[in-house]
Amino acid sequence: MSSDHPRDDIIDTTAPQTKTREDRMSEVDSRFNSTLREAFGSTPFVLTKFDAFMDWVRGSSMFMLQFGIACCSIEMMHTYAVKHDLDRFGSGVPRASPRQADVMIVPGTIVSKFAPRMKRVYDQMPEPKFVVNMGSCSTSGGPFQQGYNVVKGAEEVIPVDIHIPGCPPRPEALVYGIAKLQERVKNGETSPVTVKPYELEQFGDLEKDELVEKLADDIDEETLVMRYNWADSP
Amino acid sequence: MSKTEEPAEDAEPEATEPVGAVDYDALEALLGDAVVRRESHLNAEAFVVRADRVQDALSTLKVEAGFDHLSNVSAQEYHDRFESIYHLKKYDDPTQEVSVVVPTPRDDPVSQSAEPVFRTADWHEREAYDLVGIDYDEHPDLRRILLPETWQGHPLGRDYNQDKPQIVEFEENVNPLADDHRESDTMLVNIGPHHPATHGVLHLETVLDGETVLDVEPDIGYLHRCEEQMAQSGTYRHQIMPYPDRWDYGSAGILNEWAYARVAEDLNDIEVPEYAQVVRTMSAELCRIAAHLLALGTFCLDIYGDFTAIFMYAMRDREVVQNILEELTGQRMMFNYLRLGGVVWDLPESREEFFEMVREFLAELPSRVDEYHDLITENELFQLRTVGTGVLDAETAKQYGVTGPVARASGIDYDLRRDDPYGYYEHLDWDVITDDGGDNYSRLLVRMREVEQSARIIQQCVDLLEEWPEDEREIQANVPRTLNPEPDAEVYRAVEGAKGELGIYIRSDGTDKPARFKIRSPCFSNLQALPEMARGEYVPDLVATLGSLDIILGEVDR
Repeated sequence: MSSDHPRDDIIDTTAPQTKTREDRMSEVDSRFNSTLREAFGSTPFVLTKFDAFMDWVRGSSMFMLQFGIACCSIEMMHTYAVKHDLDRFGSGVPRASPRQADVMIVPGTIVSKFAPRMKRVYDQMPEPKFVVNMGSCSTSGGPFQQGYNVVKGAEEVIPVDIHIPGCPPRPEALVYGIAKLQERVKNGETSPVTVKPYELEQFGDLEKDELVEKLADDIDEETLVMRYNWADSP
Repeated sequence: MSKTEEPAEDAEPEATEPVGAVDYDALEALLGDAVVRRESHLNAEAFVVRADRVQDALSTLKVEAGFDHLSNVSAQEYHDRFESIYHLKKYDDPTQEVSVVVPTPRDDPVSQSAEPVFRTADWHEREAYDLVGIDYDEHPDLRRILLPETWQGHPLGRDYNQDKPQIVEFEENVNPLADDHRESDTMLVNIGPHHPATHGVLHLETVLDGETVLDVEPDIGYLHRCEEQMAQSGTYRHQIMPYPDRWDYGSAGILNEWAYARVAEDLNDIEVPEYAQVVRTMSAELCRIAAHLLALGTFCLDIYGDFTAIFMYAMRDREVVQNILEELTGQRMMFNYLRLGGVVWDLPESREEFFEMVREFLAELPSRVDEYHDLITENELFQLRTVGTGVLDAETAKQYGVTGPVARASGIDYDLRRDDPYGYYEHLDWDVITDDGGDNYSRLLVRMREVEQSARIIQQCVDLLEEWPEDEREIQANVPRTLNPEPDAEVYRAVEGAKGELGIYIRSDGTDKPARFKIRSPCFSNLQALPEMARGEYVPDLVATLGSLDIILGEVDR
């Protein structure tokens, strides 16, 4: 069989394939008739807006940050692993570096020492980025809310798109939360930007109160600090 | 006086007294004028020692009386004084205990450090300084350990105001190459707190010379979520039990719950029905299997570097265990299954199906373990990476109070399930696994063999439970709705958790909540030995060593 005339060899004719087009253009199925359709013939094509296309792409291939904090991270590992296999939904590639990640799942309790570091990891992720709160601790402090050292939810520090309740949430719940996030991303929905109560700021910029005066000898003016106002926390 | 003489001297070993076979009068005579007076704790006698004679007293007890295991240091503040309690045991026989109580005045809380005698006191005393506010004289490096350096006040002290604002520093890591390094080749590398090899949020400050680790200092406290405060604000009967699940969260929940159940049952004189003990034993060993499989999976993740077969296989087998535990307790990880005096409910209906499920898992386990051996321990590459790296010898391990599989892999034959029996373990047929290697390979091997032993225990429990007479299936003792133990009762009890000796010290004050609740975490002591194991190794071996220690940060930081 010669490859010089493949079509000839297969269907014994060199006439152009117009049957499908003719069917579409006929009376039976005329819904999609257009000059574009006529020009493209039977070649499949899609018309869309570039933004919508990009949203679809983003939602369909999300890279997760490999980010374990506490108990929930064990369930998160199970969600990535066999049986639940988050990758089935196009969002299960854990990346160790924040610079390669789109989504940060916050799986655990945020305490005072860790919040600035988490903020920095979040800052290192490229835009657009999304955050999923996994479990009660990262939603509100959970069972440790009354603790002297516990930040009452990741949302005090970074913006959050999806909250998943549970202690810890089952893998199914996490999958559902991720699917919801994908849905939002695909629809181009964004969370409103709000001012966070806890921000990294230079020590010199803090209001000079009793505590700042006391620490003035220990901390440089330029050092970044996070100030916790526990009394105002929810 | 040699340590073997002592039990023989004792006249009444099997008395009803809570005190074991230690001759405390002889010990008091041995300690001489360092002792101010004697106290009785529920687990052991305690000697009150002058604050400037701590090292004398402890080294006498260690060298001359054989108490070579500083299990825990509990610190607390009374209305008129601070107190540090050193809980001592023997590695050979952990039922032989003694406590050393060191009171210091509130206006000048300075106490001599025990660090020169027991290396493990280093971190324990730093924690006591951090949370309670006791100063330890002669301590090599007394600074905060769990809370940030800039923290104000000591949160477990009596007059701490939790509503005061706090400032936490976020210092940029200094670029080690910024300075000229032609004179010295060392370089500081920060591993963590966000790093895939640290198993959570641990920060290792590593000093390197080329690729050799000169020194490594674990910086912990990134998951210090006030477990002790939470326990102190909960009532004995119901409110504390959910928290232990979250200490060692590698599915070892029931093992941790048992630590609390054991100490609270001792404190309140609760007798647990035999049937409940068997159910506890079975569920606890299922937890141990799940926890060891997690350790195995993540260790191989560290060695092989990606989410490859072994990690996935370990997760697959964990899923099976978690399904069984979910069937039993209703939760995949945070079981909250034990109650003081028993367990919350009986085995699920239909019992036959449940036993069938467990049996099926046990029947498949040997072939699974063989598969792991094929993939891991018999793999030449794996052996090259792990044999002879991260070596911890028995003497050093004892210095650091190392327990659990890590200690057993260094040849220390110490397992509280056998040596300080609780539950139903003493009536079952199983072995304590030890290995003399002391390296990363041995630690993995010990864990894999312990999985087999746990399966043996579960097998026997299932047989027992199946045959158990229908009218004797008592799952809980009769426990009052509110528990008010005697005021000022003090007790320290430990169980064999997944990572080692998980102990709890409780002091009651007559109310339904503990006045002091101190957790002795095995990971905390085990992690402290990391620098000893990692110095002189290559960076990848440091990562492997950390993985083989199998730390869970929830338990390290509490």
